[in-house]
Amino acid sequence: MVNKTNPENPIPENPIIKNATCTFCGCVCDDVDLTVDTEAKRIIKAKGACAIGKAWFLEHGVEDRPQALIDGCHASMDEAVEEASQILANAHYPLIYGLSDTTTEAQRQVVGIADIIGGTIDTTSSVCHGPSGMAFQGVGESTATLGEIKNRADLVIFWGANPAESHPRHFARYSVTPKGRDIPNRKKDRTIVMVDVRRTPSTKASDIFLQVKHGSDFEVLWTLRALVRGRKVDPAIEARCGVPLAELEDLAERMKKCRYGVMFFGMGLTMTRGRHFNTSALMSLGTDLNKHTHFVVIAMRGHGNVTGADSVLSWQTGYPFGVNFSLGYPRFNPGEFTSVDLLSRGEADAAMIVASDPASNMPKAAIERLQNIPVIALDPKTTATTKLARVSFTTAPYGISTGGTVYRMDNVPIPLRKALDSPFPSDETVIRAIRKRVTELTADREPITGDLSAKVPA
Amino acid sequence: MLRIVNGKVHDPANDIDGEVRDICVKDGKIVESVPAEARRIDAHGMVVMPGGVDIHCHIAGPKVNLARKLQPEDHRYDVQHRTPITRSGTGGTVPSTFTTGYRYATLGYTTAMEAAVPPLGARHAHEELQDTPVIDKGFYILMGNNILLYDLLKEGRFKDLREAVAWWLNATKSYAVKLVNPGGDEPWKGQRNANVTKLDKKIDSLDITPRQVIKGLVDAAADLDLPHPAHIHCNNLGHSGNYETTLETMRTAEGRRVHITHIQFHSYGGELGSEPLSKAPEIIEYINTHPNVSADVGQIMFGKATIMTGDAPLSWLLRNLSGDKKWVNADTECESGCGILPFAYQEHIYTHALQWAIGLELFLLSKDPWRLVLSTDHPNGGSFASYPRLIRLLMDRNFRKEEMSKVNQRALRKINRSHLDEREYTLQEIAIITRAGPARLLGLRDKGHLGVGADADIAIYTEDDNKEEMFGVPRYVIKDGQMIIDNHEFKNDHEGRTLHVAPAYDHDIEQVIRPFFEDFYTIRFDNYPVTEHSLTLHQPFPIERRSINR
Repeated sequence: MVNKTNPENPIPENPIIKNATCTFCGCVCDDVDLTVDTEAKRIIKAKGACAIGKAWFLEHGVEDRPQALIDGCHASMDEAVEEASQILANAHYPLIYGLSDTTTEAQRQVVGIADIIGGTIDTTSSVCHGPSGMAFQGVGESTATLGEIKNRADLVIFWGANPAESHPRHFARYSVTPKGRDIPNRKKDRTIVMVDVRRTPSTKASDIFLQVKHGSDFEVLWTLRALVRGRKVDPAIEARCGVPLAELEDLAERMKKCRYGVMFFGMGLTMTRGRHFNTSALMSLGTDLNKHTHFVVIAMRGHGNVTGADSVLSWQTGYPFGVNFSLGYPRFNPGEFTSVDLLSRGEADAAMIVASDPASNMPKAAIERLQNIPVIALDPKTTATTKLARVSFTTAPYGISTGGTVYRMDNVPIPLRKALDSPFPSDETVIRAIRKRVTELTADREPITGDLSAKVPA
Repeated sequence: MLRIVNGKVHDPANDIDGEVRDICVKDGKIVESVPAEARRIDAHGMVVMPGGVDIHCHIAGPKVNLARKLQPEDHRYDVQHRTPITRSGTGGTVPSTFTTGYRYATLGYTTAMEAAVPPLGARHAHEELQDTPVIDKGFYILMGNNILLYDLLKEGRFKDLREAVAWWLNATKSYAVKLVNPGGDEPWKGQRNANVTKLDKKIDSLDITPRQVIKGLVDAAADLDLPHPAHIHCNNLGHSGNYETTLETMRTAEGRRVHITHIQFHSYGGELGSEPLSKAPEIIEYINTHPNVSADVGQIMFGKATIMTGDAPLSWLLRNLSGDKKWVNADTECESGCGILPFAYQEHIYTHALQWAIGLELFLLSKDPWRLVLSTDHPNGGSFASYPRLIRLLMDRNFRKEEMSKVNQRALRKINRSHLDEREYTLQEIAIITRAGPARLLGLRDKGHLGVGADADIAIYTEDDNKEEMFGVPRYVIKDGQMIIDNHEFKNDHEGRTLHVAPAYDHDIEQVIRPFFEDFYTIRFDNYPVTEHSLTLHQPFPIERRSINR
């Protein structure tokens, strides 16, 4: 298999890989030095990584696992590719899901499979920041790369996010303690605000903590928009959202007066009451503030390359997640083409899961559907999903045993360095093989040519 | 192998103006002759031209993808079906990557240059361009708001500046140096959304002026012998009275080569804040008489557009003028800004009608088509899909007159009508402004012509009095000798090359750049450069180093 975009280079003799990139979370720290024990085929030291980053690197040694399984029995790569391709080519309404923990090189290939088989492709965005994507389509956003935050931001707000546990190096690398060009005195030059429904391990990093009532984020954000616009707000808002009006007025003033402000927002906003209304409100507030000062917002994306998945789907189809090709061209409709919905309603009749484990975190109805249809899974580890899969491939973990590209939470593309040789192929290699075979299997099919597209209104 | 016979060949670079002659193709190149068994295309009644070359468009990279994500409503009404040979996609003013490549090809365009990529987003731009089929492509990197280069300029370290520019071109595998609103990002990002307006006023918080930035980069590009000079989006885009800034910018080059882009947006008279007037005659007079200057027009076309620009303050201004429309701002650390806004140009609006007429005035007053070439600043002035219509406006004065009757008449009264009434572009002139000229300005020696050794990128159009129809549906399109469109039918997918320059540079400059990265970037210096192995099909243009006595 020629792997043009991502040649799997031989590993240098030096067992220390400098400036390796950690793909565990959306921080995508690219300053980790890995020490490799080539005998034991393990990484033994990950200098610079946080606790979860260390766990990521140190626990992904090369394991003695079968390359592929079909119905739980050992299979060759070729047999598994054939079986997977047959499943996909013969399904009526196949789903491809996951993608957030693999390289963009693999993501670019797998969208091609969805196109050929007229299936649906969806990413873990639909269960995390999908509502942010929808809000973006509605109102746009003012945003920035993380270096702008480090160099300029004097007001840093975290909303519904707990980076101390989910993105441990975020504070030190980007948002709270680094020295920046216009922020020479580190934390002293910044005001840190946390907005959340409860205290978390992140709270202690804040100068100001606003504890809002569960499910009232939208009201709080809308109140801030009103205050920023100089409108009067009824003090009764405190009863609704749990924060005194005076505190909100103070925050609105700080937002207007800062020199460069940022709101980081997490799943506390996207996966609670209001969802895309919450994120629309936050993005709109960020935009409004640009009438007074410079203000940006950034989503705290979780998985190492979930941002890349959004990007790849957008450039290949025009839409960031939940894309269906059954009419022969891409359509987008969250709720209709998003995985949890499509599985729970019993619509998908086959699924390929790439680098994700929906069988351990989706709702029960969706998991039951996965148990009853042929599933193909690609994962470096054994998971609940690989266990229920008809065909499972063991693949090389990205950023440990493969090179490639991932996109940080702020859309900055970062290369991966390979540290450990793996006997297993990369996701990209497996996906290319399946794509090739599916193309052959569907070659004599009539293309969908009926013009079913909506027409441009006159 | 291929022999095209009986067609009227328009190959201005080789002084061939409509002569009937054979064009032979072998191994992706134009050759002297091919054996008798080679396929013959009878191009009787057709016009044969080199494939189109777009010198300035926005088709790939971070801002383009944000603009795509922003407008599902655009994609929904304009879909592209999958076929057994081509990928599906969506259109609108910001089409998906595959659709972009196919649609350029179906207009007979075979090369397109993405005009504004922040260096930090180069890896992203490459990935998108790899997914843009058929055409050859490349991109320009944003250098006019680069903090490290500012530091070097401030200290008068011109040699280091030049070496750093060369390093950056290599590190990003890009094609040219781009300036957008030079000096404007620092006040925008660091001074509460302010902007720069005067070339000689010091940029707040920095001890340099926009003119120093312009001069520094014009010189660096010229000293490095880059095939394309500094490509400049001037300050004050869109503002009444901005033509003086444009003239000053051109003067700043002091006779060295410079390219001013979408110059229509920079040719306005009138008082700042009031209605614009046309200063196209003044601008074009300067270009006509200064052979060191080239420009593309940035014509606006009525209908849907998407503003996407490194000029964030401009997008914010337009957003506030057009109500609280959805808007995107995206700051890139140490390098650039960006603004995105869905937009529509409307015939009845004074300013839009005037902008439209100014673009036409520039085209029709230009004396050297080699130096004033066609663009709509896709999708800022309108989609590249409107090029055939624009060609008709230039070639057909009756059509132009008809279109003029539909627009805001008060605007037209502000223009000298005699500029718009008479001239009609010839096919040869169209061949210059859409292929031969852009290729020459880009220094692409194997493109834009049909001489022996050129890339076999060829478009064949059926002659038709309606030039919009003629240029909208080529009969044959050949890319690298591959038949892409064969008798109107899309026959083959094809992978084009990424074009990038590789100027020689002094590697000691890395000792200057590395510490800056460690302090102010959030990505490691060693992880920043795009290496050759992450590219697929690509064509580097190595540039030897002359001795530079500066």
